[in-house]
Amino acid sequence: MSDKTTPSNNSFLNDAGNRALIFQIVLLAMVVFAGYYLFSNLQSNLDNRGISTGFSFFNEPAGFPILIHLIEYTEANTYGRAFFVALINTFVISLLGIVLATIIGVIMGLARLSKNWLVARLATVYIETLRNIPLLLQMFFWYFAVLAALPAPRDSYEFADFLLNKRGIYSPNPIAQDGFGLVIFGFILSIVASIGLVIWAKKRQTKTGLWFPAYWSSLGVIVGVTLLFLAVSGFPIEFDLPQKSRFNVTGGMVLPPEFVAVLVALSTYTGAFIAEIVRAGILSVNWGQTEAARSLGLRDNLTQRLIVLPQALRVIIPPLTSQYLNLAKNSSLGAAIAYPELVAVVMGTTLNQTGQAIETIGLCMLVYGSLSLSISVFMNWYNSKMSLIER
Amino acid sequence: MAIIFKPSPSLPPPVASVGAVAWVRQNLFSSPLNIFLTLFSLYLMYLLIPPIIEWGFINATWEGTSKAACTGGGACWAFIVVYFDQFMYGLYPEAETWRINLAVILLIVMVGAFAIKTINKLHLSLAIIFAYPVVAYFLFAGGIFGLEVVETSLWGGLFLTVLLGVIGIVASFPLGVVLALGRRSDMPIARSVCVVFIETIRAVPLITILFMASVMIPLFLPEGLNFNKLLRVLIGITLFSAAYMAEVVRGGLQAIPKGQYEAADAMGLTYWQSMVLVILPQALKLVIPGIVNSFIALFKDTTLVYIVGMFDFLGRIQAANHDANWLGTTVEGYAFAGFVYWAICFGMSRYSMALERKLETGHKRN
Repeated sequence: MSDKTTPSNNSFLNDAGNRALIFQIVLLAMVVFAGYYLFSNLQSNLDNRGISTGFSFFNEPAGFPILIHLIEYTEANTYGRAFFVALINTFVISLLGIVLATIIGVIMGLARLSKNWLVARLATVYIETLRNIPLLLQMFFWYFAVLAALPAPRDSYEFADFLLNKRGIYSPNPIAQDGFGLVIFGFILSIVASIGLVIWAKKRQTKTGLWFPAYWSSLGVIVGVTLLFLAVSGFPIEFDLPQKSRFNVTGGMVLPPEFVAVLVALSTYTGAFIAEIVRAGILSVNWGQTEAARSLGLRDNLTQRLIVLPQALRVIIPPLTSQYLNLAKNSSLGAAIAYPELVAVVMGTTLNQTGQAIETIGLCMLVYGSLSLSISVFMNWYNSKMSLIER
Repeated sequence: MAIIFKPSPSLPPPVASVGAVAWVRQNLFSSPLNIFLTLFSLYLMYLLIPPIIEWGFINATWEGTSKAACTGGGACWAFIVVYFDQFMYGLYPEAETWRINLAVILLIVMVGAFAIKTINKLHLSLAIIFAYPVVAYFLFAGGIFGLEVVETSLWGGLFLTVLLGVIGIVASFPLGVVLALGRRSDMPIARSVCVVFIETIRAVPLITILFMASVMIPLFLPEGLNFNKLLRVLIGITLFSAAYMAEVVRGGLQAIPKGQYEAADAMGLTYWQSMVLVILPQALKLVIPGIVNSFIALFKDTTLVYIVGMFDFLGRIQAANHDANWLGTTVEGYAFAGFVYWAICFGMSRYSMALERKLETGHKRN
């Protein structure tokens, strides 16, 4: 306060730019030093313990079985192959989970907005219950309490040719016979035809204003043509039916309980979050939009499809992306109930057997990192496609 | 004689348009689809609710020392009663559990003291943030004033869950704010350090971080220096949660109009003054729901420590399920755990709504 024009105020340290520079140099030095310190510790620790770094263990035989494998795998295969088996398991559960969670979420979100009081209350109960209970607990519940309480194979529940017991859900396994290629050809042909139909319908509508139910007729074309080709080639599919014996079930396709528990827990849990996102998205569309659509003479379902939904999607997509990312990352909890996904196989068994902590944990982080990155890149692309184009 | 027009009193509205009947018609039976949905919901409730009540209350057994005592065919709550102490305190020595209770009561009293009007709220907050943790630590761990030392490996149950949650929340919040400020900063190096940290952590699941904390941290430390697993896991949880917190806070910072930053600059405030006095109070208030959501997520995520071999609340339940005396009581254990987690998380979310309403001041012109 003594002197308002002190020249010392202009000293080197009082300049904002210089201070920022110094601060950043110090920060950078700290980061570099911390990195160097940790790395040198790591080096000496690894030397002391005689752990060799590198991924050479990937070529050694793994020697442990993996319960669920979609590609050929035996105990004699390498760690590298075990890694790919686990990677595929993670991808499969994430993809199926995302699809199921979206379906559940949309249904529950709409139900919570329903004009039917009872339906709205039930949806609220579902959402508020599942959102507030840890996912791991829900997985344990499905795996140890629900699926483990199912009957033994010989007392399986039967629905048509499906069996449900302690060891999982068994379904008939379709086996393609000679001539199945023709059916696949017909299927592809029908898809091409229906894409053409949609394009034609859109063009005609732009030109003449006449509307054509393109989506329903495409569905009809796909189902009809495929069935036609099936009939022409003489139904070249045989089903391998599951047969129950005293202690086991032979034949058929099986969804193991680990898989079912992880899938059910992931999709119902994430579905509850998606429901809230869907609800918020629809509520965010101004009521005036609906009124305007009605005054234009649009029917209720067209109002929803053409006016409300596209605008709601803009609000829905960004948080939906992060829910998909969460689901993919949460699939790692499957490790706790022995679903052989990435964490269980690589950071669990492989790490225990080889002791290669750095490589295995690093690899897992890399995989999850790229999985997250690819989902967010895709959703960003979709978001920019859907977003409002302002002029 | 003039004829005077006398209106007769209005008729009451039709029975079907007021009261309960109208409500039911409008909300439950307004269209064929609605009728179907209502009936379907009622059927669903009929399928679920009576069996649950029968199982959980009517046929339930509350006393007993083993599964054999549960003969009612309903829930075997005796299992929870017998194991209650272990679920709450883990393997903490039974004679010493009063220390945990004391610490909890102390915290409740200190927080409750905010209601006293004459008390200095700043001093009280400082006491809770700085003095209380020290007292609580020595109460839990012992080692002074003749308190018996209790190893952290014995800590468990709901006590450990709450401990992990509370410390994670308290420690991750300031770190998250700093990271968010760093990400919004003009300094390229500071910004990139924050971005790399936040994005790396957010890209990987918590399990990998926990594995890193329990397996990899010892490899990165010099020979001989090693700290205990609880602390390592706590560091992992805090860093993880801080990255998410940073993104929430960043959302709030971005929502503050530029004029506020410029006005703070025009007042001659320094960077930290303008942040602490002008920007952060507004930004944090905006993102209260987001902050509480990440607290709830963190609290639920503490269950993952079970996977790296720590017996928190869920871990103790899982362990008790293997007791040969109590085989077949899994559902009871999970139901109890689910109820406790649900009550805490749901309570937090309701509290955040109340807080939001209470702090709703600015932005709306009256």
